[in-house]
Amino acid sequence: MSDKILELKNVSKIYGSLKALADINLSVNAGDWLSIMGPSGSGKTTMINIIGCMDTPSLGNVILDGVDISKENAANLTRIRRNKIGLIFQQFHLISYLTAVENVMVAQYYHSMPDEEEAMEALAKVGLQDRAHHLPAQLSGGEQQRVCIARALINSPQILLGDEPTGNLDEENEAIVVDIFRRLHDEGVTIIIVTHDPEVGDVAQRKIILEHGKIVNDIDQSATFGEALKLRN
Amino acid sequence: MENKQRKGSRKTFYLKMVSGSLIRRASRLIIAVLAIAIGATILSGLVTIYYDIPEQLGREFRSYGANLIVLPRGEAKITRDSLKSLENLIGANKIVGMAPYRYQTVKINEQPYIIAGTDLAQAQKNSPFWYIEGKWGDSSDINAVMVGHEIAQTLNLKLGDTFMIQGVKYGEQAEASGQNLSAIENQKRDTARQNFHKNLKVCGIVSTGGAEEGFIFVDVDMLDDLIGDTFRADVIECSVVADANELSLISNKIEKEIPALQPRAVRRLTQSQDIVLGKLQALVLLVTVIVLIITMISVYTTMMAMVAERKREIALKKALGAENKLVMSELLGEGVLLGVIGGAVGVFLGFEFALRVSLNVFGRGINFQWILIPITIAVFVAITVAASIIPVRKVMDIHPAIVLKGE
Ligand SMILES: Nc1ncnc2c1ncn2[C@@H]1O[C@H](COP(=O)(O)OP(=O)(O)OP(=O)(O)O)[C@@H](O)[C@H]1O
Ligand SMILES: [Mg+2]
Repeated sequence: MSDKILELKNVSKIYGSLKALADINLSVNAGDWLSIMGPSGSGKTTMINIIGCMDTPSLGNVILDGVDISKENAANLTRIRRNKIGLIFQQFHLISYLTAVENVMVAQYYHSMPDEEEAMEALAKVGLQDRAHHLPAQLSGGEQQRVCIARALINSPQILLGDEPTGNLDEENEAIVVDIFRRLHDEGVTIIIVTHDPEVGDVAQRKIILEHGKIVNDIDQSATFGEALKLRN
Repeated sequence: MENKQRKGSRKTFYLKMVSGSLIRRASRLIIAVLAIAIGATILSGLVTIYYDIPEQLGREFRSYGANLIVLPRGEAKITRDSLKSLENLIGANKIVGMAPYRYQTVKINEQPYIIAGTDLAQAQKNSPFWYIEGKWGDSSDINAVMVGHEIAQTLNLKLGDTFMIQGVKYGEQAEASGQNLSAIENQKRDTARQNFHKNLKVCGIVSTGGAEEGFIFVDVDMLDDLIGDTFRADVIECSVVADANELSLISNKIEKEIPALQPRAVRRLTQSQDIVLGKLQALVLLVTVIVLIITMISVYTTMMAMVAERKREIALKKALGAENKLVMSELLGEGVLLGVIGGAVGVFLGFEFALRVSLNVFGRGINFQWILIPITIAVFVAITVAASIIPVRKVMDIHPAIVLKGE
């Protein structure tokens, strides 16, 4: 039996009369690979922002690695995010005036200490050692997303969060990124991915479906896990 | 030991980020640097002029005539030695002009007139504003002299005309022209040994609107020769580069060190000089303050635009776990660097600017003040930092979740 890395207890996020999240209960074990799916406006981003310490719930508790983060102030959330969360974005959000390796080092810089060697290793892990000294504008979308993943992983976070990480990628790059997730999962990284893409959703161990801020389906995919989207050599 | 090493590398990365942002975004920042550089140019230029104005304007004011009159103390006249001591005491670099005057009564057509023997070149320096029809006399032709406008009219003299002066030599008794003697008798008396006479040619007619129009101006050495005496001046008119304070210091010194002389500052002139100077400096100061404010406003808007433009980058950094103060210190660091670059460029352009102004307005060059380099840079770093505080504080209002969500 694995440790609980994350637990949402009766979490709601309320905007005026709109319940973006309505009484969510969810627990995720360390090392799990979870995908979150659902129609637009169902609360996926809201949920992942709360898990990623970028937002706080209106009601309920979020226990991350044994600590209740639902009542923390902004400065504490920043510190927790820095130490425990790795973020991947649909739009990559690389700093345009820094090279690939420098973009990775930015995360080190805010976490503890920039270390170029380590940053280069992280880039090598996503197959980008040759492109380390290029600026984002000189990289393809897939390459940029891999830099983003290297940056998210550089401080060894407990949870890797992605809001539509493959949303801006073509099929080939999507497969490359999913392959990286698969390797990270093998290394024991906890992965939570929001996606619209059924194929990406299907490769996870577990899939939850949100609708109107509620979990309407929680599917165990361990049986078929790892089958889809294998990289064809 | 290891800790130190690690700290160093954090600092290195900070500098890399700050300079990388500036260098790789150079085209966007040219305007900001330009704004600061223009501000710094005007500031350092005006400061240079500000400190140079007293000197420059002092010299300029000297064209309004002597500001220090030196008289002999008691009955004796001023000797060549006293003149020399006076010159040394004031210092050649402060003296614009120093003209001794010897007044002598002469007769022209049996009518008395006053002839003023002076150093014509120095007198011209004292009084460049005199209107001269013809030209200033000089020592190259000692018989060419200047006459006052009034005399020229009375005697009906025109440029190039000659006239004869007559008089009694120094220390001799004049024999009065006898009412009952014939003109020839009188003529004989006048040409006797104790008398002098000389033909002079009009080279210039002096119009000043003042007492000068009633004098004949000749070279003092020529006059001394003519009357058979050594140099003895009645008064020395000096034009000295000094404000009212300095002038009274100089006066005190003269009284103390050259007892034979009695200095009199021309108060009206030095006071108005000080007033004009004060007003000019106040004006320069005002313009400087305005320029500083305008620079601050433009830095403020630039930084405001920069923060807005880089909202996503800032949000991203915060999402990565950057504390507000770290992100703010990066933006401030960029501001400081802009200030340094703009300030440095401005110092040199400012000197160029001040030099041109000085050459055009005062017709003189100025010295480069090295001290202005650190001062201008420091001032502009301070200005950019001050102007950046509000824009940079906007970092605190940027919510990563909201900013990064958008397409
Ligand atoms: N800051 C906000 N203020 C008000 N309403 C919000 C805010 N953020 C999100 N919402 C609303 O909450 C609901 C859930 O939004 P959320 O962004 O979580 O949807 P999503 O599932 O991520 O949708 P998509 O698939 O389009 O990204 C939406 O109806 C949205 O309009
Ligand atoms: Mg979303």
